[in-house]
Amino acid sequence: MAEERRFRSASGVPIALRRRQHSASCRELAVRGPRLQLRSLSAATSAVWLAAYALFALSENSMVLSAAIFITLIGLIIYLHFVKIDQESLLVIGSLGIQVTSSYASGKESTTFIEMAQVKDVVINEAIHMQKVIYYLCILLQDPEDPQGVSEVVPLFQSSKPRLDCLIEVYKSCQEILEQRKTAPQSS
Amino acid sequence: MVLKVFFPSCCSSADSGILIGRWISEQNSAVILAVVHFPFIPVQVKQYLGEVQRVTKVSVSVLGSWSNSKQEKEESLSEFLEDLGTIFCHEPWIQISKERDSKFWSCSTLQKHSKNTQEEEIILVYYDQRKVMLSHLHPPLDTAGQRAEDASKLSAIFDTVARSQVLFMTDRYDEGPIKLTHWQSDGVEASIIVELLKQASVPACMLLTFLLSLVSGICRSRVLKFWPLSFLWSKLSTCEQLGHRLQHLQVISSNKKAQNQNQLMRKANIFVSLLIDVALGILLMSWLYRKNRIGHLADTLIPVADHVAEELQDLLQWLMGAPAGLKMNRALDQVLGRFFLYHIHLWISYIHLLSPFIEMILWYVGLSACLGLTVALCILSDIIALLTFHIYCFYVYGARLYCLKIYGLSSLWRLFRGKKWNVLRQRVDSCSYDLDQLFIGTLLFTILLFLLPTTALYYLVFTLLRLLVVIVQGLIHLLVDLIDSLPLYSLILRLCRSYRLAAGVKFRVLEQQDGKPLRLLMQINPLSYGGVVQTYRLPTYSCYPRDSWASLCKKLFLGELIYPWKHKGDKQN
Repeated sequence: MAEERRFRSASGVPIALRRRQHSASCRELAVRGPRLQLRSLSAATSAVWLAAYALFALSENSMVLSAAIFITLIGLIIYLHFVKIDQESLLVIGSLGIQVTSSYASGKESTTFIEMAQVKDVVINEAIHMQKVIYYLCILLQDPEDPQGVSEVVPLFQSSKPRLDCLIEVYKSCQEILEQRKTAPQSS
Repeated sequence: MVLKVFFPSCCSSADSGILIGRWISEQNSAVILAVVHFPFIPVQVKQYLGEVQRVTKVSVSVLGSWSNSKQEKEESLSEFLEDLGTIFCHEPWIQISKERDSKFWSCSTLQKHSKNTQEEEIILVYYDQRKVMLSHLHPPLDTAGQRAEDASKLSAIFDTVARSQVLFMTDRYDEGPIKLTHWQSDGVEASIIVELLKQASVPACMLLTFLLSLVSGICRSRVLKFWPLSFLWSKLSTCEQLGHRLQHLQVISSNKKAQNQNQLMRKANIFVSLLIDVALGILLMSWLYRKNRIGHLADTLIPVADHVAEELQDLLQWLMGAPAGLKMNRALDQVLGRFFLYHIHLWISYIHLLSPFIEMILWYVGLSACLGLTVALCILSDIIALLTFHIYCFYVYGARLYCLKIYGLSSLWRLFRGKKWNVLRQRVDSCSYDLDQLFIGTLLFTILLFLLPTTALYYLVFTLLRLLVVIVQGLIHLLVDLIDSLPLYSLILRLCRSYRLAAGVKFRVLEQQDGKPLRLLMQINPLSYGGVVQTYRLPTYSCYPRDSWASLCKKLFLGELIYPWKHKGDKQN
């Protein structure tokens, strides 16, 4: 079953959290940020082209105009493919692992899968970001040598930065599945 | 605990039979490798599995039953399949059944010696057998020292499929007691070109090894080891590059088969890199020799050298006057200026002496560009070094003079204050000097101090020129290193067959239905391009930068000679 709720990110933009339960031990949580607005796109393009036209009027060199078009196109492609993240999702499969996916505006998806044996815990941490203190959800990875130690911290939802209320929902969903592996009988 | 069943997607349409594969009890997961069809004799199946186990060292066993009923469900078949569980005793006995063309399969387990009576959840994970078999898993770089027992679950699965290759050799056209379905059951594919290349590579390797032994024998002969020649060879970067390439050729032409994935990729990368290098070199050569461009180049070389010398003369005249409004010491200025001007005059004479031979030398040297683009670039760097040799000489003179002056000044400054450097204790001690020592010391100190600006200016100008030449040479060497170390074969593999280089896996949740097990699709997550370059980079012979910025500035200030691009084999200062 799927349900969607609206929240706000740390900078105030509206985001949506979608929860799907595929089975008793498999849950998918996706945070979707706002899409690229036509307004901001046209504003950026017009600004660049006005500047290019002003330069052309000063220098009488038509290469400036074609260079401006080129730069706009390349810049847009780079922005859509490498910078603008549309949706970040977390797929928790009990006894297999946790999969973190980021989908970019151009359709590219970058995925990381962390096996359950490496996951120590999922926690909410505080961090100082610029002039604010924000909360973020992160996965703690187990240190293979030291059973009490943490070898790495993997932060989640880095580009959408949801606020604490949204993070608490995600945290509760994850913990319900992570607890199952403690109650299950451990085999050597 | 949750039971995970890894099912190959090629067996989805197979006829009913029994499932064989590997049961990993620590992870409660079953990796299914193939389906054995009816009719079969259980004893023969067990015998076959025993043979496979002996050859592959993978504990293959019968895991369960598979029923693909195209008609209505038959009761007798399901009982028959359950009875099979008693013949091939395996705990737990997995039963997967598919009805007609339904996407959702039902999967159940039979536990005879079960401790708990509750229904355990089953996860069905589909995987592409061919891709998983051919793929190579790259663990993250910081966990290089993992123990075998800590090996991740995924690498156990990849390992199982990769080592069971002998199981996939028989296809359904083979006559035999056992009929299997796996990814190659429709017939083994092979490529004629690959087979021909494999056959031709053995004599080619032997010929190459013979030629290389001849060449390295000549290189190692005593004739080339005499002092002037050996000094020359060590200074020319072309010889280093040729030696490096020779080493590469020796690696490729060795007869031993590559032991593991890393060695195979290394050999392939070296081979492709050499091929591209030679191709680019031949392209460059054909471009140079067309329309006699080499002749034009040789014709412009002498005027360029003349022009550089003239510019240097103008610079020295400027320094001998009042450069940038600074007032220099006339006598020292004139001495230094005339000294350097005479040097330039000598250099010009030598260049003019060589001018009739330049075209011929350049023509023959240009032929060596067919050995590779890197060799051509190294030759270019060497030609630049030879042409700007006078700048190097001036830099050395200026630096030595300045260095002497600085050391003299620091020692006389200590005398001025009544102190002395104690070499034994490596510290500054106070010392009582005689009057005449103090007098002469102070006099010398004053002379050196007032002559410092002149020397410092000459030193500054020639150091800047030298740094310019060094930067140009450094850029050329950077390009050569890039061509040397880029793993082209790995990058092309990542582009065309991205499943061969795996950083991990990714799961996709397929359509679900209540009451049926969870269905997941396991796909290979390819390594990023940056990861590919980092893992498979070929080692090069240079390492830079040698000095950090702080020590470089300190050396410049003190007047010590700097050699920023040092090679790995050179002794440290």
